[in-house]
Amino acid sequence: MNVETVIANVRSISETLNRRLVFMEVCGTHTVSAFRTGLRSLLPDNVSLLSGPGCPVCVTPTGYLDQAIAIARQPGTVIATFGDMLRVPGTESALEKERATGADIRMVYSPMDALNMAKAEPEKTVVFLGVGFETTTPTIAWTIKEACEQGLKNYYVLSAHKTIPEAMMALVSAGDVKLDGFLCPGHVSVITGSEAYKPVCAECGIPCVVAGFEAYDMARGIEMLGKQQMEGKAEVEVEYTRSVTAGGNVEAQKLCVDVFDKSDTEWRGFGVIPQSGLSIADKYNDVDAAIKFKGLEVPEAEDHSACRCGDVLRGICLPPDCPMFGKTCTPSDPVGACMVSSEGSCSAYYKYGQ
Amino acid sequence: MKKNDIILMGHGGGGLMTGNLIRDFILKELGNPILNRLDDAACIDVPEQDLVFTTDSYVVDPIFFPGGNIGDLAVCGTVNDLVMQGAEPRYLSLALIIQEGLPLSDLRRVIESIRDITLDVGVQVVTGDTKVVEGGGKSGGLYINTSGIGVRMPGVDVSVSNAVEDDVIIVTGTMGDHGVAVMNEREGLGLQSSLISDTAPLWGLIKGLLEDGALVHSLRDPTRGGVAAALCDIAQSSSCSIRIDEKLLPIKAEVKGACGLLGLDPLNVANEGKALVVCPAGKKDAVLDVLKRHELGLDACVIGSVLSDPAGRVVMKTHAGGERIVDVPAGEDLPRIC
Repeated sequence: MNVETVIANVRSISETLNRRLVFMEVCGTHTVSAFRTGLRSLLPDNVSLLSGPGCPVCVTPTGYLDQAIAIARQPGTVIATFGDMLRVPGTESALEKERATGADIRMVYSPMDALNMAKAEPEKTVVFLGVGFETTTPTIAWTIKEACEQGLKNYYVLSAHKTIPEAMMALVSAGDVKLDGFLCPGHVSVITGSEAYKPVCAECGIPCVVAGFEAYDMARGIEMLGKQQMEGKAEVEVEYTRSVTAGGNVEAQKLCVDVFDKSDTEWRGFGVIPQSGLSIADKYNDVDAAIKFKGLEVPEAEDHSACRCGDVLRGICLPPDCPMFGKTCTPSDPVGACMVSSEGSCSAYYKYGQ
Repeated sequence: MKKNDIILMGHGGGGLMTGNLIRDFILKELGNPILNRLDDAACIDVPEQDLVFTTDSYVVDPIFFPGGNIGDLAVCGTVNDLVMQGAEPRYLSLALIIQEGLPLSDLRRVIESIRDITLDVGVQVVTGDTKVVEGGGKSGGLYINTSGIGVRMPGVDVSVSNAVEDDVIIVTGTMGDHGVAVMNEREGLGLQSSLISDTAPLWGLIKGLLEDGALVHSLRDPTRGGVAAALCDIAQSSSCSIRIDEKLLPIKAEVKGACGLLGLDPLNVANEGKALVVCPAGKKDAVLDVLKRHELGLDACVIGSVLSDPAGRVVMKTHAGGERIVDVPAGEDLPRIC
């Protein structure tokens, strides 16, 4: 089968059901892929894709950025971070601005680079900004364990790790959007396994299909969700069978359970979602930047009053519905986090969808 | 490293050390009757034709990367800018801003590269400057500025604003090689592959296209911002629409793979030895014929065409058969988290 055939099947499903179908792609990589591959332009008019909360930078709250900025201002401190975080605005500044005015902020591609930095520069305090979902969590967990085992005294992680299924359920239970299915993230599911979405199906009655990132994968995922709607089912299915198993990567899961404790955490746009965060377990306190820098003065977090990132993340509105979109908020001068990350839905709409 | 093996602040002092540096490094490799006079300004002889003048600064980090170094870039970049205006490159200026601590052996390698490329192109360095700045936290850096003067080929009128409906868009080779090679080296990504910068002077390749003044409408080298930015410039300046086909884009598998890993779009990645050629559809075969005769143009191919509407927009037909807008990147493309 090719994309055309699958799209034809989706069209016939939507005609049979004779109503508008709304599917949410949870993951930012899916959002970008749907634009980049032109998949959106191929879907029938009454089938729409809504971007979900799966862009790690986008859901990281302003308060976390403020904390990171305050740490960056401490003498002798190095902030090591994934590139996307640099431009996200905090309440009063952004890491990119801090770097331009002298803070030692370094972009890394892997937390291992940050760990090696700490080993190579023992006189510095290296703080890694641990954001992201189940995909990135295990490697960061490994650096935490490794730093403790090696007795490293200058490596810290500021954890804002989050877990996806809890956010999906929070989104449904808030009742703001009516969804006909979740296109579940491929990379996250390699770690968690597809069974992680069972509670979403069971408690919310919404079909879930784990899909890969090619146009064909996503089209096929949409077709599978449509078929479940036709048959009145709400089950977990896997389209991305070449990478995803039911149980996932058990070793990675064990590592995360060892290093992190589940906790309530704040998501941009959602507020606090119970048990959706991962904080560093007590036995690794020595590596926890939140403890090390506890007394630092941080401004009270404040988001731009007109920014609708939160609504975009919850699927309540589309990026162009925000009054600032493309006007005062652009990728070169972003106001909200969804415009910063290449995976953010505002950035994708701006780049591909105008 | 011995003290006399590296650049010291004294090399920029304007005294004996500066004189020795210029004599032993610059004149030795790049000397010519105009430069050798070491006058305050170069007196050059140019015919009474259209002069083309450009300048560019080079700050690449690291200064050595697979497939080239900052010296190659500093000559190729400026030479290529002249060539994209339909001009034969004649004269260059060369200004070096060196951070103390730069190994003299590195400087020599850079100057030797400059020598090789200027000889290849037939362009002369006729004036220059050397400054040494403090190292700060990170020593041993090197920045270069070059300006270039060229003479426009007779009867040639190429400009980004000259593209018209029914023209075709040709790219002279694979896309994104330079940006990915530098990023792999700079960030220590450790991608084991044959990722090599495409840095090259385009005069030899493009010269043949300029001999027939009517062959080409626009030329653009897709450097920073990549092919996407160059196409958008053409579409906007010419008030036309450009439609490209993803299936036709020449991209090496390793570049595609690296971009996939980093979340970058190969259309936005820099090239340093490629050109976009816009020509009438009827001249397509003649243009490809000229390009393919040169070693830098073996992979030349048509990637799209020019339409009238929607003016200023670049649209791509995707592999999947859909469509999407191709836009200029906002700033530095940042690698994504996952």
